[in-house]
Amino acid sequence: MASILKVQDLTKTYKSGSKNLTVLKNVNFEIEKGTSFSIVGPSGSGKTTLLGLCAGLDRASSGTVVLNGHALETLNEDQRAAVRNQYVGFVFQNFQLLPTLTALENVMVPMELRKEKNIRARSLELLDRVGLADRHDHYPTQLSGGEQQRISIARAFSNQPEILFADEPTGNLDEETSEKVEELLFSLNKEAGTTLILVTHDLELANKTNRIIRIKGGQVIYDSELANAETSI
Amino acid sequence: MSIDPNNFQSNSSAKWLFLMAWRDARKSKSRLFLFVSSIILGIAALVAINSFSENLKDDINGQAKELLGADLELSANKDDFSYPFLDTLDYELSSENSFASMVYFPKNQGSRLVDVRALEGAFPFYGVIESNPASAAQSFRDGQAKALVDQSVLVQYDIQVGDSVRIGKVTFLIEGALISSPSQSMAATLVAPAVYIPMKYVEATGLIQKGSRVQYRKFYKLNDLDSEFDLDAQLREDREYLRTEGIRGDTVEERKRDTGRTFEDLSSFLNLVAFVALLLGCVGVASAVHIYIKEKIRTVAILRCLGAKGRDTFLIYLIQIGIIGLIGATIGAFSGTLLQTILPKVFADFLPVEVNFSISWTSILGGIATGLVVSILFALTPLLAIRKASPLLTLRNTSDGENSARDPLRWLVFAGIFIFIFGFAYLQIRDLSNSFVFTFSVLMAFGLLVLIARLAMWAVKKFFPTGWSYLWRQSLANLYRPNNQTTILIASIGLGTALITTLYFIQGLLISQVEITTDAGRPNMMLFDIQSYQKDEIAAFTKEQGLPVLQQVPVVTMRLSKINGNSLADVMADSTLNYRSGAFNREWRITYRDSLIESEVLVEGEFRIREANTDSVFVTIEKGYAQSNRIKLGDELIWNVQGVPVTSYVGGFREIDWERVQTNFLVLFPEGVLEKAPQFHVLITRVKSTEEGALYQRDIVKKYPNVSVIDIGLILTTVDEILGKISFVIRFMALFSIVTGLLVLIGSVILSKFQRIRESILLRTLGGSKRQILTINSLEYFVLGSLASLSGIALALLGSWALAYFTFETSFVPNVLPVLLVYFSITSLTVLIGLLNSRGILSKSPLEVLRSEIQ
Repeated sequence: MASILKVQDLTKTYKSGSKNLTVLKNVNFEIEKGTSFSIVGPSGSGKTTLLGLCAGLDRASSGTVVLNGHALETLNEDQRAAVRNQYVGFVFQNFQLLPTLTALENVMVPMELRKEKNIRARSLELLDRVGLADRHDHYPTQLSGGEQQRISIARAFSNQPEILFADEPTGNLDEETSEKVEELLFSLNKEAGTTLILVTHDLELANKTNRIIRIKGGQVIYDSELANAETSI
Repeated sequence: MSIDPNNFQSNSSAKWLFLMAWRDARKSKSRLFLFVSSIILGIAALVAINSFSENLKDDINGQAKELLGADLELSANKDDFSYPFLDTLDYELSSENSFASMVYFPKNQGSRLVDVRALEGAFPFYGVIESNPASAAQSFRDGQAKALVDQSVLVQYDIQVGDSVRIGKVTFLIEGALISSPSQSMAATLVAPAVYIPMKYVEATGLIQKGSRVQYRKFYKLNDLDSEFDLDAQLREDREYLRTEGIRGDTVEERKRDTGRTFEDLSSFLNLVAFVALLLGCVGVASAVHIYIKEKIRTVAILRCLGAKGRDTFLIYLIQIGIIGLIGATIGAFSGTLLQTILPKVFADFLPVEVNFSISWTSILGGIATGLVVSILFALTPLLAIRKASPLLTLRNTSDGENSARDPLRWLVFAGIFIFIFGFAYLQIRDLSNSFVFTFSVLMAFGLLVLIARLAMWAVKKFFPTGWSYLWRQSLANLYRPNNQTTILIASIGLGTALITTLYFIQGLLISQVEITTDAGRPNMMLFDIQSYQKDEIAAFTKEQGLPVLQQVPVVTMRLSKINGNSLADVMADSTLNYRSGAFNREWRITYRDSLIESEVLVEGEFRIREANTDSVFVTIEKGYAQSNRIKLGDELIWNVQGVPVTSYVGGFREIDWERVQTNFLVLFPEGVLEKAPQFHVLITRVKSTEEGALYQRDIVKKYPNVSVIDIGLILTTVDEILGKISFVIRFMALFSIVTGLLVLIGSVILSKFQRIRESILLRTLGGSKRQILTINSLEYFVLGSLASLSGIALALLGSWALAYFTFETSFVPNVLPVLLVYFSITSLTVLIGLLNSRGILSKSPLEVLRSEIQ
């Protein structure tokens, strides 16, 4: 199967005062299209930094990230924005809906950026799929956390992304709502054939993905694929 | 679908950008309203004043004939003058002889110096003599002994229409109160208000005798003159004749130019006031947008995350600010147009013409354009931050999103702001160096305020009172913690306070300059036109009344005929001779004495007295006058003393303190030269009370009708009234600045609420009582308000001192009371608005507020 994301020798160093702080060090992995993948690790291990670099939200200090054939380090911010708009969907822990837009408008924005036509009907369809068609004209503040996250999932799938990045998607939700959101995320992922990359603390959730890598101190200390390969050897 | 991001050039459509701008704006109405209100007020002030100035200019042009009351006015010091050019023309003539004289009111035995105007003919041919009753302006000329007396005199002496007034030997019935007439200036009214009488009674008054100073005016209405005919050019052509005949000519065109020039200064001043209001609006825009964009950075980050380009997100907010600015400017421009209807009422006492209301589209469109430019220009600095907002902000809080301080484009915006302020100031006052001084002062004031704010933050942090109560510590820490409002509040409130306080100080300065003259011990009554034979008699009479004779001065009138052998004709013919024609044209009033008085000091040359009849005559001249007329020590001056030539030499220069009520003279002769020349005398005394002054004046007028009395106390009262009117106008104009400043204050405080809301809610959640939170907020606003108003007052003191020292050349002692008043009002207003804001947060449940406000 073809690779959608290839990470090679990825290192990220921040300058903190006079010191350099390395938060990611020589990370390598490759993800195939259509699979699901989770990154787990304790707080401060570098999970979110890794997700940010993979999604082109930030630049690596060294190493490469190739997303659907595009080497992100060679692109400027606007070009990376184009790549995100074209191939990437996001689901965030704190939803990150645009507060001044209605639920429907939030879902429409990625499509509008792509200058697509007939987006209203498609967005309503997506809202229907997440069970919130009747709340389409509500603003984020008028919705509960679970509802906001469902809207953000609908938005994430609105541009039919090749790859979906989810940063602790259930981190701010109660158990019951979390289950619904997880179910939605996985089923949509399966239906659309999207690659799913999850960053989570929740091992139960991570176990539902095809592959898990564990990070600690900025380095990959466990990769389920390698472990399986070793076991099978 | 696949793309090649390396060739990704496509920008979002304009339609989408506008749509997003609208979507984003509709939930931020209240915040955008604050931004827009600054623009509305600033532009309203600008448009109101510009429209008013334009209408005034139009009306001066349109009503120019009413300003003069005739097509041509000729005046001279003699009765029998003529102008041959008029011989062939068909005209209507009206004559006026005017002279200063005392009038006497038998009703209450009051008397006063007035300008008697004996009128014959139908003057004014254009416009009217305004009187109360209106018919009196005509009926006083019906052949009876009737007079039209300036209304201020009637009020001062409690005289009514129907009472009588005695002028010289004739008693006139007061037919009406004179409100205004063409060719009447406020300055002239100050010393000698006008009283109109019919010409045929002049002789009977017995006041016009040989040697009396009478101004003879002739007003012409030229019936068959082509409207295109340039009367001005004609007068220029005949100037040689007019000069030798001692005739001065005034045409409609010239009056229009003079009046226009006077009111150009007024317009410039008003325009600057409007500009200051607009500048305060600009500060409002910058601070409102600054905070607004801070809140929007997260939204921008999400959009960037979803694939929006930096340029697109920047454009969304630029469009939003531009449209809101345009709406504000339009509302402002039309409000300003309505507002200008009030201005003619405010300026009523100063306007030479009736200003009509008309819509000035130039001002409206100019105002709208200015509003749009101001909105965008002053929003650009904060807006630049959007371009650099990182999408990473969606994942975590980083400071990367706010690195606009390093954006080099910032400098371009600053340059734009400088050019705008300078260019706009230039457009308003049309003077390069003054525009530069104005721009520099405003930027300097702003820079100083920012510096004070930064210093205050640094000082509070450095010397933090760790031992103080929690409430104090929390509120003081708010001054320097992230998202603090210290700089923006001190800059905006401080600038407003500085402008308003400066206006107040300057007004006080002007008034105190006038008050100096009323100090105890200073002379306050001046008698002139005393004939030589009356001199000793009047001095004795004055002493009999228990009044001191402080000065008794002879005055000789003469003309200057040659400077170093050059006559006026030589000076006109030879451009290398730098002497001014004014020195030859004026009628000199000169005294003679052998000593200097306390108001003058010799600064150059010698003060030489004449010991023998054969000695040369050395005069001393006021230094400033000599310099401006290029007269040097040793120059020969030949005078025409009523027909007799007198040769003199410049012996020395004197500096004179003109502020004292004394007879001061530009040229001083030594004794032993002018004693036999025709002369009159001036006597200066001091009365202790108004009543004493009135009695003394009454007796003088009764015994010596030819003598005129100037009551300085009375003039000061009138000056006070005029200054009162002027200060009302200044205050009215300052109101624009005050209200804009207040809006900026309200805006800044309300916007700061959004910065403090999380903390207030958190504190409440943690168990903070309503009172504790209110105390923290009030203390913070108290410190901010105090710092801002004190900085503003300090700036005003500095500015006023500079103005007093350099412009008015006087010392500046500020009045403490108004300073305290400004401090307390601005500070309590800041606290009040701050508290009114917090009330909203505190009356709701924390969750409710968090849900509705934070998003």
